[in-house]
This record gives sequence, structure tokens and C-alpha cells, in this order.
Amino acid sequence: MDLLSNLALGFSVASSFENLFFCLIGVLLGTLIGVLPGIGATATIAMLLPITFQLEPVSSLIMLAGIYYGAQYGGSTTAILINMPGESSSAVTAIDGYQMARKGRAGIALATAAIGSFFAGTVSTFLVAIFAPPLTIIALKFGAAEYFSLMVLGLVMSIALAHGSILKALAMVVLGLLLGMVGTDVYTGTPRFIMGVREFSDGLNFVALAVGVFGIAEILRNLEDEHDREMVTNQVGSLWPRREDFRAMIGPILRGTGIGSILGILPGGGAILAAFASYTLEKKVSKNPKEFGHGAIAGVAGPESANNAGAQTSFIPLLTLGIPANPVMALMIGAMIIQGIVPGPNVATDQPRLFWGIIASMWIGNLMLVVLNLPLIGLWVKLLKVPYYILFPIIMAMCSIGVYSVSSNTFDLYAVAFFGLLGYAMTKLRFEPAPLLLGFVLGPLLEENLRRAMILSRGDPSTFVSRPISLTLLLMSLGVLVLVFLPAIRKSRDEVFIESEG
Amino acid sequence: MSAKPTDTTDAAAGVFLILVAVFFGWQTTGLETGTSLRMGPGYFPMVLSALLLIMGVLVLVKSFKGQGERIGRIAWRGLIFILPAPIFFGLTVRGLGFVPSLFVTTLIASQASVRMKPLPALVLAVLVTVLSTLVFSYALGLPFRRFGPWLPF
Repeated sequence: MDLLSNLALGFSVASSFENLFFCLIGVLLGTLIGVLPGIGATATIAMLLPITFQLEPVSSLIMLAGIYYGAQYGGSTTAILINMPGESSSAVTAIDGYQMARKGRAGIALATAAIGSFFAGTVSTFLVAIFAPPLTIIALKFGAAEYFSLMVLGLVMSIALAHGSILKALAMVVLGLLLGMVGTDVYTGTPRFIMGVREFSDGLNFVALAVGVFGIAEILRNLEDEHDREMVTNQVGSLWPRREDFRAMIGPILRGTGIGSILGILPGGGAILAAFASYTLEKKVSKNPKEFGHGAIAGVAGPESANNAGAQTSFIPLLTLGIPANPVMALMIGAMIIQGIVPGPNVATDQPRLFWGIIASMWIGNLMLVVLNLPLIGLWVKLLKVPYYILFPIIMAMCSIGVYSVSSNTFDLYAVAFFGLLGYAMTKLRFEPAPLLLGFVLGPLLEENLRRAMILSRGDPSTFVSRPISLTLLLMSLGVLVLVFLPAIRKSRDEVFIESEG
Repeated sequence: MSAKPTDTTDAAAGVFLILVAVFFGWQTTGLETGTSLRMGPGYFPMVLSALLLIMGVLVLVKSFKGQGERIGRIAWRGLIFILPAPIFFGLTVRGLGFVPSLFVTTLIASQASVRMKPLPALVLAVLVTVLSTLVFSYALGLPFRRFGPWLPF
């Protein structure tokens, strides 16, 4: 069977000594930084991105993927131990996980999260392997109009899932698109928005933008008000769930995996949505819903499986279409482009080693997380006690080295400072950075496909609605926009986010 | 609707968007717009600037009603010490070389916290410099000059 031989190829690539090593380093680094409070997966990847550029493309992407799972795992650890979700998708875990920790069941909560994540990771890796190839065949039929419409859908979804004002999220997408235009126009070679700065002619540096807007802005926000972090627990307690714990987590893990796998494919940040959806579902089907919010094991098992499944299946749009489903995937696209790989349906056929290697490494990465992290929990707990004022100078040093090492261009370092300031100003004005980053990455692609589609249709804009796939995608975008602007939905959407912040 | 914006954060956000839109719009004026059949380099940016301007105005108008969160504290000390750190690194990494440049960069960044005392800051900067030099320069073999031409030795 094709699938098996492809998977075998993938595992042979991913289990080479070198790639196993980089996967391990990625997973460890990701967890390490994910555990440090106040720095989520996106900021972690943005900061560690430059380190991977020295590697082979396959190893580099395997390591980045490892950082991604590691950071997510680290995020749930802090959510459980100190009620501080490392990133939005583990916000739900904090609700019941932290309560379990307060009752002395931190170890079990952590083990549940690990088991759930591993199971979901295994299932969704197979889903990626099964569904990605047929989707690339469909994707190869995509013309410029379809690509344009698909990206519109992705951007609209990122707005729908952003916190706060929809209008402001929309404005961030547009600003991101504009920033993506800086540089030389592909069709005519005309320089745009470069203001006489020669360094701008290749476009703004993606790493500098991501490190500035996510990394530096987060450091500044944490420095606003320096207070001690509350440590609930020094005792993690037993790590081994009892038999009744296992019984209580099986259902939620299965359902969470299902929900997560489906929602993860949606462009725009499915993992967060999946975690919320799973929590809501578990609360509904539970025999004693009152337990939720007071340390229900299902409230950890379900959402953790769902967000991990979602995190994996969000690779499907990336690998098949070259379209990022969330800011992390946008960073992956940036990494691929820097490595000289054009993301899109051709990756599967042109670079089968890369394509299947990444898929196989997902599973290996998840396995490593379970095997390594449960014994290392003591170390992570110690790390939580390192004061922030020691951490951020280290982070700043790493950011500076990292950004400089991308192309040995000192100008990129000034850009980091500028984007850090911009990112901080944006958080102060309550703008979300995620839509901006997606807009920035998709901007050039969006414009190119728009212009190509218009040339192909001889200037007739109806090409976007006369082609069935394109029309469907645009209708879906419209539907999402209408939904988020409907008062009733808007209200419940606000509630979900308030719950996540509370 | 009152004469003053009630949501000051959103009012500032609206003004921010309008300024950015005007800036980009002004920068596109020199670019060829072309027709919708053969779009010039200025077509798409022009459309986007116009969209951003409209959104900025909408955010500003909406800020006159409804209450919002205030802007809150601003990390002035953080801004003063964090942002110059990468800039200093950029200015000196070639001249002073990787080792001294990184040492001072870490020292500058460490001053962003009121809690950092001089001695721990020094110790931290030394540790970071030594470890980074070992990892990046020796182990990963990145082509940095450890000590640059500005130094007498």
C-alpha cells in the first residue's frame, strides 16, 4: 500500500540519528521555553526560529515542529501548576487542571494531559498521513482564483477567532497585508514603501517582525507590573493515575481527539476552538457537570486531547496548500521559504522525504514528550521558580544572536527594536498580533494570485464566483463574517473568551 | 454621543490606524495603479490603504460611545532598556566583536527590571556571554568574529 511505504519512508527519514537528535532538542527547548510563563508557543518559535536555519531543511522543520509540540506541552504544565496558560489553547486546561493541582492531584493532571495529548497525537498523525495526499491532488487543480479565495477564508477565520473587537482584528489583517507589500513588486520590479532604505528592497524580515511583535512585546508587557508568581504547589504528587482515573479519561480523550482533528483543519486557529468545544461537550455529556471547574479529570483530558489533535491536523492545510492555519504555521511557512522550499501542493511530490519525514517526526516528537517529560516534571517545576528578571535578559541575548544569524544583517536588529515597539503599542491599544502576522505572510501570495487571476480572466472579476471551488470558499468566508457580526453569536463568543481569561 | 471619546484606548487605536493608512496611502501615490485587468504595483496597496482608513475612522467613531478598558501602565523602564539592547548589538557586533557586544547587550537588557541588582546583573551577563560563545561560536560554528577590529588586541 502506498500509505505504508510512504510512512516507512517518513520513519526512515525521521529516525536517522541526526533527525532524532534535532527532534529531541526541539521538544526539550520547546518545553523549556513553553514552561516559562508569559511566553507562548508563537513567541517561542519566533525566538528559536533562527537557530534552525543552520540545519538541513528536513532537520530544521522537524526541530521546529518539535518546538511547537514542546511549547504546547509546556503551556499546559504552567496552566495546571500555576494557573497561567502558556498560550490560549491551554486556557481551558487551566480551569480544571489548576483545581486538581490545588487538591494535590497535580501529578495526575499532568499525566492525564500527557496521555491525552499522546493518544490524540498518534491518531491525528495517521489522519494527516491519510488525508494529506488526496488533498494535494485536489490542491494541484487550484488556480489563482481558488488560491485567492482560500486565503481570504483563512484571513477571515483568523479574525473570527481573535480576541476582542472584530473590526480591530480586521484592521490588523489589512495592516499585515500592507507590511507584506514592502519590498520589490514581483511583476514590475518597482520598489514599494522602501523609503530609500536599500535593506527593505527584499521585503521586511519575517523573523525580525515575528520576534519583535510576539517576543519583545510580550517581555515589555510582563515588565509592566513585576510581581511574584503564585506557586501553588511544590508537591506534584503521584504521577500514576488510578484505575478510576483511567476510566474517567477514556471517553473525553476519544471525543476530544475527534473534535480536535476536525476543527484543526479549519484555517484560522482550530486548536483553540477545539479545546473550548471539547470542554463544552464534556460538560454537557458528564453525569455530574457540577464537578467542572472544581477539578474534573474530563476537563483536562478532553481539551488537552482536542488541542493536540488540532495542532497536528493544522499541518494539513500547510503541507497541502501552503496556507497557514494559525500564526505558528505562518512561522513554519516563513521557515520553509527561508530554506528555499516553496510551500504548497508540490511539496508532497517534489520532496517526499521532507513531507513524510515531517509527518513521521510528529509522532516521534509526541512519544518523546511523554517519555521525557513525565520524569522531568520536577525539573520544570524548579524552572517555574526562576524569577522573571533573570530570564528576560537571557531571552533578549538569544533574540539578538538569533535574528543576526539569519543573514548577518545588522539592519534586522534595528527592525526587531522597531517591531517590538510597534507590537507593544498594539497590545496597549488592544490589537491582536496574530491576524497581523497571518496577513503579513499571506499578503504577497494574496496579491500575486489576485493579479494573476485577473489577468487570466481578462480583467473580469466574476472569475472568483463563476468557478465552483472559489465560489464555495468565498461563500464560506462570507458566512463566517456574517456569523461573527450577528449579535447573538458575538455575545456568546465574548463569553467564551471571558471564561478563558477568568 | 458626547463631544469627547469615552473609550480613550479605542480613540487612540482609531487615530493610530488613520495615521498608518495615510502614511501608506501617501507612499502609494508615486506608484502606478494600472487597470483591474493589468494591475500595477500600486493597485492592491491603494485598495488596502483605503480599507484601513475606513476602519480607522470606524474605530474612532465607535470610541465615542461605550466604555473600554484604559490603556493602563506603560513599561517605560522596559522600553528604555529593552529596545536599545538589540540596537546596541547591531551597532557593535562587527566592530567590537561578538563577545564584548553580547556582554554589554545583556547588561543593558538586564537593567529593564527594577529588581535586578548590579552584581547579579554582571554575573548573569558573564554567564550568558560565555555560554553563548561556546554554543554559537564554537559548537554551531556561526561565522561571528569573537573580538572585532575596534579593540586594540
